[in-house]
Amino acid sequence: MTTTVLPRVTYLNVRHGLASWLLTKDHKRIGIMYLIVVSLAFFLGAIFAAGVRIELTTPQGDFVSADTYNRMFTMHGVFMVFFVLIPVVPAILGNFVMPLMIGAKDVAFPKLNLLSWYVFVLGFSLALVALLSGGVDTGWTFYTPYSSNVSNSNVALVGVAVFITGFSSILTGLNFMVTIHRMRAPGMTWFRLPLFVWALYATSLVMILATPVIAITAGMLALERVFGFGIFDPRLGGDPVLFQHLFWFYSHPAVYIMILPPMGVISEVIACFSRKNVFGYSFVAFSSLAIAIFGFLVWAHHLFVAGISPYSAMVFSFLSFAVAIPSAVKTFNWTATLYQGAIWWRAPLIWVFGFLGLFLVGGLTGLFLASLGLDVHLHDTYFVVAHFHYIMVGGAIMGYFAGLHYWWPKITGRMYSDSLAMLSALLVFVGFNLTFFPQFILGYLGMPRRYHAYSAEFQVLNVLSSAGASILAVGYGLIAVYLLYSLWRGEEAGANPWLATGLEWKTESPPIPENFPETPIVNEGAYEYSKREIKVA
Amino acid sequence: MLSGIPLFPEQASTIAPAVDNLYFFVTAVTAFFALLVVVLVTIFAIKYRDKTGEKVGAPITGSLPLELGWSIIPFFIAMGIFGWATVVFFDLVRAPDQTLEIYSTGKRWMWRFQHLDGQSELNELHVPLGRPVKVIFTSEDVLHSLYVPAFRVKADAIPGRYSSIWFTATRVGEYHLFCAEYCGTRHSGMIGRVVVQEPGEYQAWLSGGGGLSMSARGEQLFQQLGCVGCHLNDGSGRGPSLAGKYGAQETLATGATVNVDDSYIRESILTPQLKLVAGYQPLMPTFQGLVNEEGLMSLIEYIKSLPGARPPATAAQASAAAVPATAPAQGSSPR
Repeated sequence: MTTTVLPRVTYLNVRHGLASWLLTKDHKRIGIMYLIVVSLAFFLGAIFAAGVRIELTTPQGDFVSADTYNRMFTMHGVFMVFFVLIPVVPAILGNFVMPLMIGAKDVAFPKLNLLSWYVFVLGFSLALVALLSGGVDTGWTFYTPYSSNVSNSNVALVGVAVFITGFSSILTGLNFMVTIHRMRAPGMTWFRLPLFVWALYATSLVMILATPVIAITAGMLALERVFGFGIFDPRLGGDPVLFQHLFWFYSHPAVYIMILPPMGVISEVIACFSRKNVFGYSFVAFSSLAIAIFGFLVWAHHLFVAGISPYSAMVFSFLSFAVAIPSAVKTFNWTATLYQGAIWWRAPLIWVFGFLGLFLVGGLTGLFLASLGLDVHLHDTYFVVAHFHYIMVGGAIMGYFAGLHYWWPKITGRMYSDSLAMLSALLVFVGFNLTFFPQFILGYLGMPRRYHAYSAEFQVLNVLSSAGASILAVGYGLIAVYLLYSLWRGEEAGANPWLATGLEWKTESPPIPENFPETPIVNEGAYEYSKREIKVA
Repeated sequence: MLSGIPLFPEQASTIAPAVDNLYFFVTAVTAFFALLVVVLVTIFAIKYRDKTGEKVGAPITGSLPLELGWSIIPFFIAMGIFGWATVVFFDLVRAPDQTLEIYSTGKRWMWRFQHLDGQSELNELHVPLGRPVKVIFTSEDVLHSLYVPAFRVKADAIPGRYSSIWFTATRVGEYHLFCAEYCGTRHSGMIGRVVVQEPGEYQAWLSGGGGLSMSARGEQLFQQLGCVGCHLNDGSGRGPSLAGKYGAQETLATGATVNVDDSYIRESILTPQLKLVAGYQPLMPTFQGLVNEEGLMSLIEYIKSLPGARPPATAAQASAAAVPATAPAQGSSPR
């Protein structure tokens, strides 16, 4: 679609050999290295999910033993949460495009950026060692005193893995924050920043402030488990519910680490393919900050049946409803952005539509769980499982794929098959709904989560769910096929295949090592589509 | 295809319809907003489609009235749901004054229920129809959660603490009883059933078991463990009198006051120095390891059954004879 030839020197071919990657300080290469590790973790997590879904096709626990099943859903959660959802958008897409978007040559601390990757890989490797030496059976939530005193699986090792991986988040958050403050191109004021950058800024805030708490909690868990410190175990004078407070003080804000960056992606893609300003730019920008701040004040909504006082439950319920408002505001603004647009149906936009549909269900079902009178019944049932998969997979992963499809031509310089990409978005959307919608019904019927065997009346819905998961697997598999194929057979993308605004589209695809030949100067907002003359490609 | 699949669990408690009504309302509200957005996105995506990719959209940047509207209206709707759900919640967690109390302990991977009259059962809970029942429970090992979907009630069993659920069953029948908090290998096997019976049938079942009542067993323990040597009922012993103390306030050595409830009694038996009653020496040894969770529950039941404090004149008489365990108190609930 374009006559531009690939630039002679790009970040990809400027140096060759494994060492040139492992010692790189280029944010773009580091983004690719995260892509590889995170994809591996996603694949592992998916294998465990497949095992879980196969087991649940029959009510009897007859595919694997109960201990194996418990390890499967735990390892699924550990890999997906800590090694996929947390880093997937900030560390891959954020690393690659954020410096480009603000017109910088790199992040503020390139060596620290590389260190973050190594820390991440170290944590991931320890989790792999834990897996290969038998895995963990506590659930990814590691609730005490089971995890600290009873489980005979590799809890301490995974605790250390989570502890170490946390530092990767902290360092990345720090790096991004300083970069956004200090490295913006001339004229790139705060209110000209792309909304993805705002989202990453809000996310960095959460990463820096919340992650130390999980590191400390994992450390305390390891101390109790290995040295018998009485922190959480009541027999040693500890308090098991204290663990839940500390765990969710990180893990609820972590949900926003997972969802805020994809929300930023959605704003970019929806503006580009509607050829319009994002409706209510400043409301969308500040809603990210509002979510990041309110997100710290809702953790105890995971503890409504864990013996907390009914009055404190009331306060946390109220705040949980409040945090829903900025998310609703974002959704309405995206919808309004489409109004009177010139909507160009390309694959990234189809992924955004998928995101909207699934995130909507995920967000709205959060209201059920924030409702005290309903949560007593729904807590720890499949309703919760369905809800957070709608947010984390339907929201975060759909948003990630929207972004990956959007920036793939920039990252690789190649186009993939648009129709196959639309097909996979459709397969994922349909497969996802078939997998997880029945789980809402299962939850209201009262099927508890983490059950290896279940009562026969729940079977039909579980079979539907497993069938959906196989469609989902085909959809994800297809992405790998056409994206990899595009690497050697894809058309050359040219600098700006989507005719998008944004500095990242003003440089070559793939970009040159130093991003821009000369520092760009910014004199307008991020999404001035309606002002410009579109050049016919 | 879906005709054989139930969408809702049975309603078998007084609270279940209230929870379900709230559920229908929240479903309706959220379905409305979901449809609104889906329909708008679909209409816009089709109506404003540009196949060339070369046109530009209208120069619209935002609208303050719209932003305020779609912040404030959802906020008030959310507050409406919050208010309703909170009212239902307080009904769910606040037991009425007069309840039939049943004690329970969860441990990997079974539930044991102990009726006041002495009957006990494993993974089965017999309850009478139409009478408020309160199950007071704890865990002997890890976290568990006592969950009866047909009653819409659930609470975590936490080692070292008492939790409770309450319900009034409205339909005779058998219902699922699940452990809802992951507890290790056979978590999914920690299940059982609740059997709701007509009151007469329940009485017949209850008297079929025999054995000592809980407060009688508590009294035995009270003597075996030597509690009786210090906790004289006239208050002249080295420990405070326990008669009539249940549900009352006690002043501590620190000057603070504490409600004498199940948790305080349990704590005082296991860690006596922690909250010492004013005017007494820290002489009491810990009973940790000497009495199990069921023994603790029996002791609590015995202390509850002790009649109120006597006037000084008759106090000596009362302490001379072992206090008979009569009239199991069903009064004030601990929480």
